[in-house]
Amino acid sequence: MNRRRHRRLAAFKAVVYVVLGLFFLLPIAAMVEFATRGVGISSPRTLTAFTSIGSDPELVDAITASLELAVITSLGMLALLLPTMIWIRLRVPQMVRPVELVCLTPLTIPAIVLVVGFAPIYNWIEINVSDSILMLALAYLVLVLPYCYRALDAGLSAVDIRTLSEAARSLGASWATVMWRIIVPNMSSAVSNACLLCVAVVLGEFTVANLLNFENLQVAISILGTGNASVSIALAVVSLVFVFFFLLLLSFLGRALSRRRGGAARA
Amino acid sequence: MTAVAVSETEYVRRPLGGRLRISSAWLGAAPFLLYTGLFLFLPTVLVAVGAFSGPHGPTLANLAQLSRPYVVSAFLNSLVLSAVSASVGAVVGSVLAYAVATGSPDGILRRLVTAFCGVLSQFGGVTLAFAFIATIGTEGFIVIWLQQHGIRFYPNGVWLFSLTGLTLIYTYFEIPLMVIVFMPALDGIRPQWREATETLGGGTWHYWRHVAGPLLMPAFLGAWLLLFANAFSAYATAAALLDIGGVIVPLQISRALSSEVGLDQANFAAALALGMVVIVAIITLLYARLQRRSARWLPR
Amino acid sequence: MGALDARPIGASWGGSRSAAEVRLEGLRRVYGSTTALDGLDITIHAGELVALLGPSGCGKTTALRLVAGLEDADGGRVVIDGRDVTHLPTSRRDSGMVFQAYSLFPHMTARENVAFGLRMRKVGVAERRQRAGEMLELVGLSTQADRYAHQLSGGQQQRVALARALAIRPSVLLLDEPLSALDARVRSQLRDEIRRVQREVGITTLFVTHDQEEALAIADRVGVMRAGRLEQLGPPTSIYSQPATPFVAEFVGLTNRLAGVVTGGAVDVRGIRLPLIATDTPDGPAVALVRPEAVSLAPALDGFNGPLSGTVIAVSFLGAVSRLTIDLGDTTVLVQVPTAEAAAHPGGSRVRIALRLDPVLITREGAQGRG
Repeated sequence: MNRRRHRRLAAFKAVVYVVLGLFFLLPIAAMVEFATRGVGISSPRTLTAFTSIGSDPELVDAITASLELAVITSLGMLALLLPTMIWIRLRVPQMVRPVELVCLTPLTIPAIVLVVGFAPIYNWIEINVSDSILMLALAYLVLVLPYCYRALDAGLSAVDIRTLSEAARSLGASWATVMWRIIVPNMSSAVSNACLLCVAVVLGEFTVANLLNFENLQVAISILGTGNASVSIALAVVSLVFVFFFLLLLSFLGRALSRRRGGAARA
Repeated sequence: MTAVAVSETEYVRRPLGGRLRISSAWLGAAPFLLYTGLFLFLPTVLVAVGAFSGPHGPTLANLAQLSRPYVVSAFLNSLVLSAVSASVGAVVGSVLAYAVATGSPDGILRRLVTAFCGVLSQFGGVTLAFAFIATIGTEGFIVIWLQQHGIRFYPNGVWLFSLTGLTLIYTYFEIPLMVIVFMPALDGIRPQWREATETLGGGTWHYWRHVAGPLLMPAFLGAWLLLFANAFSAYATAAALLDIGGVIVPLQISRALSSEVGLDQANFAAALALGMVVIVAIITLLYARLQRRSARWLPR
Repeated sequence: MGALDARPIGASWGGSRSAAEVRLEGLRRVYGSTTALDGLDITIHAGELVALLGPSGCGKTTALRLVAGLEDADGGRVVIDGRDVTHLPTSRRDSGMVFQAYSLFPHMTARENVAFGLRMRKVGVAERRQRAGEMLELVGLSTQADRYAHQLSGGQQQRVALARALAIRPSVLLLDEPLSALDARVRSQLRDEIRRVQREVGITTLFVTHDQEEALAIADRVGVMRAGRLEQLGPPTSIYSQPATPFVAEFVGLTNRLAGVVTGGAVDVRGIRLPLIATDTPDGPAVALVRPEAVSLAPALDGFNGPLSGTVIAVSFLGAVSRLTIDLGDTTVLVQVPTAEAAAHPGGSRVRIALRLDPVLITREGAQGRG
């Protein structure tokens, strides 16, 4: 690249990173600052808000529920979406477009609209099936559909699933083997991306849980906010940091996996 | 959106397979169709039906309520809030995405920013409202810090808890969302295009005006639409930030849903929800028309 | 098709011009600790096509990009038509460039692509259109003018890219491996096409490639590069038959390495005395570099077991000629003979080789180590 342009670009990038870095980091710093405030303005910094997170049983329940929901939704999403997407690509390609359209619909139907429709369905579920908060996973699956579809679609189009499956089938593999032993291992980073988005969406979800009267992590933070603001904000910080490192970890894991595989394939 | 390259020849039309074969192939998609039928289409249908139902059968009364001044202003507020925050988010987000995309594709900075954006785009919600309250709320640390230096952050009254504040907060999750959605499009821009522009006598301005701009426009519009829908349906932040209900449509829906008055209100909520769907549909149609013009050259 | 010369088009931006001379003087380019270009001197005469040939990383593409101004030189000058352009930005260098692949603007039709450079030069719409049409005609794509890049084949895309580069009437045409992304058949077609157009327009051209066959076929002169330096610059025939260095001999065309001894200005190889290209070579052990086509075959006589006899171990049919691999016991040689002749020597048969008394190049590398 041209040196002059290079310098200009570097300066531009520095400005962007500094300005936006401030915009994005200041509120988070403010949360930490607020959560560690003592009782008076001049009293020393304290971590009581953070330590008291674990001592509130209701809060612990909400956290556990959200984590469980994240796991269930991820697994459910993989079980529902992945086989379908692979299957239609291999066997009913004329359904690829319609399925894509269905998966992307939740982007244009606001969650709050879906909640209005969910309300009677959840009434029925509560009476006839279970009133457990884990039932929320059924609704969350819809919310994560577009994000996970995109992630998996990117992975699938990077792998030549047709050739892979034809090769495996010609060696006598069943359809199930083709899917789980041949295709999925070849798109592990897409799968981990999809899970990552799933976890981020579920742990950040508030609308559906709140309006259907379930208390998940975000609802708990919100309720707590009106009473004990510093604990509530401490919890928000913890969950933010947790998801951030989780995402970072997954992104490195995904890369390590695809590296190892890439290396093996080349060898 | 990436185009899926699938030839529609083999597998489907096997001479020997016949009808039985095809139906078994369709069966593979059944669980997905069943699930989306129950949890995506049924709710949507329930909303549509609910909007036209009343205590004494079918009615237009719920829809008629949409013309009330406070409902109309809620819709207007929602539209303006979404359009402004989507536009700001799209522009600033694409600038950030460009800064990231021109860096090393496997670099630590890109990983950090991407992971960070992943969190922030989803972690809007309640957390975010609190974060801003802690930053520029009346007791926020910037406000206090400035106060200690003799500067008033809010010379003309606190605007954080108004639509202005809400718009600012929305950009906080719209920008990261834009980065995530727009990055693939930027990655698709080839350095040869810039170099070709330069050898043909064009400078930076010409490159953006005639090459990169038009090339990125379809993706940019698509991302803007996504951002708009995202802001339009956002509820958690507003619920946590605003004390008075009903300023924007999602808050109105929430108020109607949680009201104790009964079925009437549930149907009013459905009417509001239907209104939102209609607006998103209209914006999507406008987008599709724009898109057709800006993406004539895309392979299809 | 001589429209270009017949009509002086675009008087507002220069009109018809005669071909320019391009000089690269001591060009240097350093990336961190690696020197990509280490003092490159080439003069490309007006209207000449010079091909820069070399393995990847030899600096040939860097040289081209320095001429285009896409990168800055760390030393040396680029002089186009007597004007020092070393510090001129790309957009004002007046060079037309064809890239390896995918350089067409995908949102423009072929015609719009070709007209783009004229648009940058504020040429009027009607004139732009007309000239783009002419350029597309020149490369034989008049009927595809309204297609987008994705509707064109790889070869057609490169033709449009060529038309686009020429439309601005540049003083130098730069081709950066324009054929490497194409199929073999299209490649040789387009290669000849590029040469025809270049001759017709009479433009000074720098062509970068790693394909020796391509370079030899298209260029007036070939410059063989290695590690940022020019090893040899000359007409294709002399590059091939009188390589200046062992590297050139081995990079351009196939060579056999045959151990021998230099004495008195010639080299003794397996009992045959071959003349040397460089007659002032000091005596001593050496490896002679012998072209496969300088080796011929005769059936081995019964019981003949001299140093020039061996066994055919492989035959590759290349069309009119065939290439045989002969095991001489201590080494193998490649022999290229007419296919009809090769039929007489199937795999496993005993043969005797003969060496044509062409002047050869020697290398001391591996001279003792070999057989």
